[in-house]
Amino acid sequence: MRAKDQLGRAGEDLAARHLVGAGFHIVTRNWRCDAGEIDIVARDGTDVVIVEVKTRSSTDYGLPAEAVSWQKAAKLRELAVRWLREHPTPQSVRFDVISIVMPRNGRTQLQHYRGVC
Amino acid sequence: MRLGRTRSIVLTGLVAHAVTIEASVGTGLPGTEWTGLPDTAVRQSAPRVRSAVESAGEIWPAHKITVGLFPASVPKSGSHFDLAVAVAVLAAQGALDSSAVRDLVVLGELGLDGRVHPVTGVLPAVIGAVRFGHCRIVVPRANAAEAALVPGVEITAVGSLRELCSRLRGEETAEYDDSPVPLPTEDASLDLIDVIGQEEARHAIEVAAAGGHHVFLTGPPGVGKTMLAERLPGLLPDLEGDDALEVTSIHSLLGRLAPGRPLLKRPPFCAPHHSATIAALVGGGTGVPTPGTISLAHQGVLFLDEAPEFERRALDALRQPLESGVVTIHRAGGAATYPAHFQLVLAANPCPCARGGKSTDAASCRCTSTQLRAYKNRISGPLLDRIDLRARLTPVSRAVLAAGASGEPTATVRERVLQARARAASRLRGTPWSTNAEVPGPDLRRRWPIPSDALVTLSADLDKQRLSTRGVDRVMKVAWTLADLAGREVPTRDDVERARALRIMGQTAELARTA
Repeated sequence: MRAKDQLGRAGEDLAARHLVGAGFHIVTRNWRCDAGEIDIVARDGTDVVIVEVKTRSSTDYGLPAEAVSWQKAAKLRELAVRWLREHPTPQSVRFDVISIVMPRNGRTQLQHYRGVC
Repeated sequence: MRLGRTRSIVLTGLVAHAVTIEASVGTGLPGTEWTGLPDTAVRQSAPRVRSAVESAGEIWPAHKITVGLFPASVPKSGSHFDLAVAVAVLAAQGALDSSAVRDLVVLGELGLDGRVHPVTGVLPAVIGAVRFGHCRIVVPRANAAEAALVPGVEITAVGSLRELCSRLRGEETAEYDDSPVPLPTEDASLDLIDVIGQEEARHAIEVAAAGGHHVFLTGPPGVGKTMLAERLPGLLPDLEGDDALEVTSIHSLLGRLAPGRPLLKRPPFCAPHHSATIAALVGGGTGVPTPGTISLAHQGVLFLDEAPEFERRALDALRQPLESGVVTIHRAGGAATYPAHFQLVLAANPCPCARGGKSTDAASCRCTSTQLRAYKNRISGPLLDRIDLRARLTPVSRAVLAAGASGEPTATVRERVLQARARAASRLRGTPWSTNAEVPGPDLRRRWPIPSDALVTLSADLDKQRLSTRGVDRVMKVAWTLADLAGREVPTRDDVERARALRIMGQTAELARTA
């Protein structure tokens, strides 16, 4: 596994633990289809939450959350539609972004943006 | 959601509007949203402000920032909101005390490194802020002297965002100097003593300075038309109080103020090239129109060398401001009114080949009468009609050159001009006018009549239609100026005849040659 994938995996694990700690119920992780992958699908009360996790080892090139451009947001919406087609649900759907900075040595920082796109 | 609020100023022309700048830090992905009619330059300031905030050692919020500019109906343009946006964002985060910045007016552009760069229009903005009752104003250090011209303001001049933050927090990190830079003395290198001969034209310039009249100088190249015109501002009195502030405001708006010389106390001199367009002369441009050369020449001298070479439409665009002293320019982006009370000096060669004119080697002039007429016609009658004084410059003879005969220095002539102006001003006390040229004809005839025996020739001119009614009025204004220069209570017949000669002698001579 390459270093950046390892970092991404570690970030997703951390995000999942954070979500559980925040009272979310993890529905699925790394759900794939031919259009791409959803990092985490969770349930927060009555909401279905599509979670995008962005992890970086430093903020030298900006915050991880800033990498979620409008193109990425459109992609997430498309993926959400595909997931909903396979898992019909009457509940409302929300998009969250979890931005994680994991320096090689130093404190890991996690920021949870709710209902962003 | 956290909110930070501060103030700034936006200028529409010279008119200031108070703007409230709010920043809220709320939920959402990091990014900046704008509301309240910002233009592209304002909208693009977000990355600049962010970089400056980070360079200043402050934290840029990792959330969605919404910046609101109120009132939303006024278009916001310019880069001077940077510093205010930075202050509002820092206040929203609690990095600055929001009560300390709420009533602050903040002007300044930020560099990526957090330095505060100077901006244009600080003087009119500060004047406007005071009018709105906001007296605590932050300006870039380079604009401090300009801002300090306005009485009753508390100016904080800053060189960087870091400096502003530590001063707002009351940290005594260093001694800051808010005192304006001392002003250098005026450059008085252009003296009338340099002009050799040309008694007639020198006299016309003196009369122009004393009464605020417009002048038309004709003569072959190299005889000193430009030299004389450049020396006219030197004869004019200093700009006083509000006039000086108004002139300085216009120059500030265009960023034309020299560093260390914030207040323009001398009448400006503008000499646009004859390729100038209407927009360059009277003002224009996209968005809110910017002032043109005639407004830069406000309370000073507008010199149009090679006047017939100017586009005729551009010259005719001067007629309305010549009458009203202001110019209003309408564009899709808005309308702006700028003061444009200037003294016009036109200069022209006697003919297209420049060899003509009765005192030069007229025989070598190869211009046809058609060419001559076309050349003269390039300056329209209505424009010429507004010019009170015409003077012909002739080549200087060898005898005059050899004798080294120089005329009077500027100081001597200026003394006479100031006395004449004082005399006119005391006569015109209690009226809106201060020079003879400004007084409307009907008022002049009714309130300051010239004895009828002095007007014999003028009456004949009117009867024979050699002069229009406006022409007669203008001759009378010049006659008053001549009387003021000579220290007489009322113009004599001699004054009127000389005034008439200054107006129509050149005209008839030109007409005679053209015919």
